[in-house]
Amino acid sequence: MVWFYLLSGIFLGWSLGANHTGNIFGPAVATKMVKFRTAAIIASLFVIIGAVISGAGAAHTLGKLGAVNALGGSFTVALAAAITVAWMTKLGLPVSTTQAIVGAIVGWDLFSGALIDTNALTKIVATWIINPILAGIFAFILYKLSMFFLRNVQIHILEQDMYTRIGLVLIGAFGAYSLGANNIANVMGVFVTANPFKDINLFDIIHISGTQILFFIGGIAIAIGIFTYSHKVIKTVGKSIMKLSPISALIVVLSESLVLFIFASESLAKLLISLHLPSLPLAPVSSSQAVVGGVIGIGIAKGGGRAINFGTLGKIAWGWLLTPISAGILSFFALFFMQNVFQQQVYKPIKYSITPECRTKLVEKGLWDKKLESIEDSVFESAREFKYALILKMGLKKDRVNKIIKYAELYPLMIDSFKVKKELDTKWFGEERIEVLKKLHGVRFKHKWQLVDTLSKMSPVWRYKPPTPENRLYNRELKKRYEKLFIEFSRSHL
Amino acid sequence: MLPVFKKTKELEAKIDEFLDVIMEASLEFKQGIKYYLEENFEEFSKRAELVDKLEGKADTLRREIENKLYSEMLLPEARGDVLALLENSDDVLNIIADTIMGFEVEKPKIPDFVDRYLYDLVSESSASVEEMVTTVRSYFKNITAVRDHITKIMFHEKESDRVGNKIKSDIFKSTELDLAHKIHISTFVEKLLLIADKAEDVGDRISIYVMKRLA
Repeated sequence: MVWFYLLSGIFLGWSLGANHTGNIFGPAVATKMVKFRTAAIIASLFVIIGAVISGAGAAHTLGKLGAVNALGGSFTVALAAAITVAWMTKLGLPVSTTQAIVGAIVGWDLFSGALIDTNALTKIVATWIINPILAGIFAFILYKLSMFFLRNVQIHILEQDMYTRIGLVLIGAFGAYSLGANNIANVMGVFVTANPFKDINLFDIIHISGTQILFFIGGIAIAIGIFTYSHKVIKTVGKSIMKLSPISALIVVLSESLVLFIFASESLAKLLISLHLPSLPLAPVSSSQAVVGGVIGIGIAKGGGRAINFGTLGKIAWGWLLTPISAGILSFFALFFMQNVFQQQVYKPIKYSITPECRTKLVEKGLWDKKLESIEDSVFESAREFKYALILKMGLKKDRVNKIIKYAELYPLMIDSFKVKKELDTKWFGEERIEVLKKLHGVRFKHKWQLVDTLSKMSPVWRYKPPTPENRLYNRELKKRYEKLFIEFSRSHL
Repeated sequence: MLPVFKKTKELEAKIDEFLDVIMEASLEFKQGIKYYLEENFEEFSKRAELVDKLEGKADTLRREIENKLYSEMLLPEARGDVLALLENSDDVLNIIADTIMGFEVEKPKIPDFVDRYLYDLVSESSASVEEMVTTVRSYFKNITAVRDHITKIMFHEKESDRVGNKIKSDIFKSTELDLAHKIHISTFVEKLLLIADKAEDVGDRISIYVMKRLA
C-alpha cells in the first residue's frame, strides 16, 4: 500500500525529470554541443546525488507550508501537482513543479482545515520573484564578463569550443545536482511527514535517514523521466526560448544552477550565517523561472529589449499564475473524492484545546484572556475552527491568536525508552541527549511544547539558545531533533 | 594529455598547416612571376609546379579538416562559417594556381613598359592574400586583431586595382602591340586582380563572422 501511495510522487518525479532536464541540458543538447545520451547519464546521476545529499533544506520549508500528515493526502497532493504539470506541458505553457506542488499543498491546507503558514507561503512566493531576477542578474554579469574575456584573451576557436563543451557538461552536472537538491522537495516533500521509511545505520558509520531513502526513490523517478521522455522537451526548450549561442547557453545554465544551489544549500546558508551575512531562505524554486530570468538577463546584456520576445514572456507570466491556482483547485477536489468516494484518510485531524496545562502556559506567557475561560477544555476539530472561535467569537487579536493556537495544539506524546534505544540514532542526537530522554520513560504529554519545556528543564543540551544570529544554526539543528521526537513518539502513530 | 585536448590540438595544427600552405603558395607565386618577368623560365617552371603541388596539398588538408569538424560535431554554431572560410580561402589558392599555370602554358609576352607594373600588381595581389591568411588565423585565435588585417587587405586590393587599371590603360594606349596581344595581357591582369578581389571577399565574410561570434 505504501508503494501505491508513493506512486503519485514517483509520477511527479518522472514528470519533473522529463520536463526540467530541458532547463539544464536543453541548450547544450539543442546546440549539439553535448550528446543526449551523455546529458541524460550525467543529469540522472547528479540529480540523485543532489537529492540524497542536500535535499533536506528546501524540503523543510515546504513541510512548514503544509505538513501533509497522512499518506493518502500526500498521494493526492502529489497527484494533483503531477496532473497539473502534465496538463500544462500539453498546453505548451512553461511549467514549474514548484508552483504546482505549492498550489496543491495550499489546496490540502484548505481542505484539512489546517492553517496556512503565511510566513512560509510568503517566503516561497517571494523566492518566485527573487529567483528569476537573481538569475537574470547573474546571467547579465556573467555574459559581460565572458565577452570581456573573449575579446581580450587570445584563445583558439576550437579550444573555446572544447572548453564550452566541458563547461556545459560540468555546469550541467552542477545544475542537475542543484535541481535534485532543490526540487526533490517538490517530488517527495509532501511524503516527509508521513514517511514510511525508517532510518538505517550502516556499521555505525553511515547514517541514512528515512527521508534520504525517500529522496533516493524520488531521484530514481526523476532519472527515469530523464531517460524516457526528456528528449523531446530538451529539444523544444533549447530552441524555443531564444536562439542561444553555446556560450550564452553555458551562461544561462550556470546562472540557473547558481540560483537553485543558493536556494537549496544548507552549507552555504551556514557559511553566510557564520560570516554574519544575511542568508536567503531555503525553498524549492523553479528551474523554469530561473532559465527565463537568465535568458532575459542575456537579452538585456546584448542590448535591451530587442532580443526579448514579449509575447512569449506574457505566456510565461500567464503560466506562472495558472499553475499554482489550478493545482490548488485540483488538489482540493481530488482530496474530496479521495476521502468521500474512495474512503481514504487524507489528513489526520489535529485538534485544539485549552487544557489546564495550556492555561498555565498561556498565563505564564501573558497570553491569557478571561474570555478564554468559556472554551476551556472544549475540543476543536481543526485549526480553522479554533481560530474562528478565538477571533470572531471572542474578538482576540490576530497575532495573539496565532500564539495561542500554537500552545493549544493537541499532540499526544509518550516517551518509550525501548524506542529511544531502537529508533533514534545516538550519534546524530548525541549520547547526553539520549540519556536525558531515557529518563522520561513512560511520561505522557498532551502538547509538543510540554516535551520541549520538560527536556529543557532537565538538561542544557536540550535547551534552545537565545535567538542571536550566532545561535541560529544551533537552534535549527536542535529543532530538527525535536521534530524527529515528535514523529517517533506521537501516540496517534501507535 | 586528455584525448579531447589532443584531438583539438591536432585539428588546430591542421588548420594552421592549411593556412601555411596558402601563404607559401602565395609567396612562391610572387617569386615565380618575378622569374618569369626576368625570363628565367627554368626557375619559373619549378615554382609553377610547386604552387600546383601546394594547391593539391591544401585541398587534401581542407577535406580532412571538414571531415573532422563534421564527424566530431565540433563548432556546432560556427561550423558553417568555418567551412565557408576554408573553402573560400582555398578558392583564392585555386585562382593563384590557375594563373601561374596560365603563364606556364600560354607564355604571354610581357612588353618592357609593363614589366615593372606587372610585378607591382603581383606583389599587391600576393600581399592581399598574405593579409587574408593572417586575417583567417586571427579569426581562429585572436579575434580583436581581425579588423586591422581586414583594413590591410582592403588597402592592397585597392592598390592592385589602381596598378591593374594603369597597366590596362597603358597597353591599350600602346601602338606597338596588336589587339590580340593587348587582350592576352589584359586577361592575365584580370586574373591577378581577381586574386586580390577574392581575398577581399574572404575578409568581408570574416568581418561578418566576427560580429556573429561576438554577438
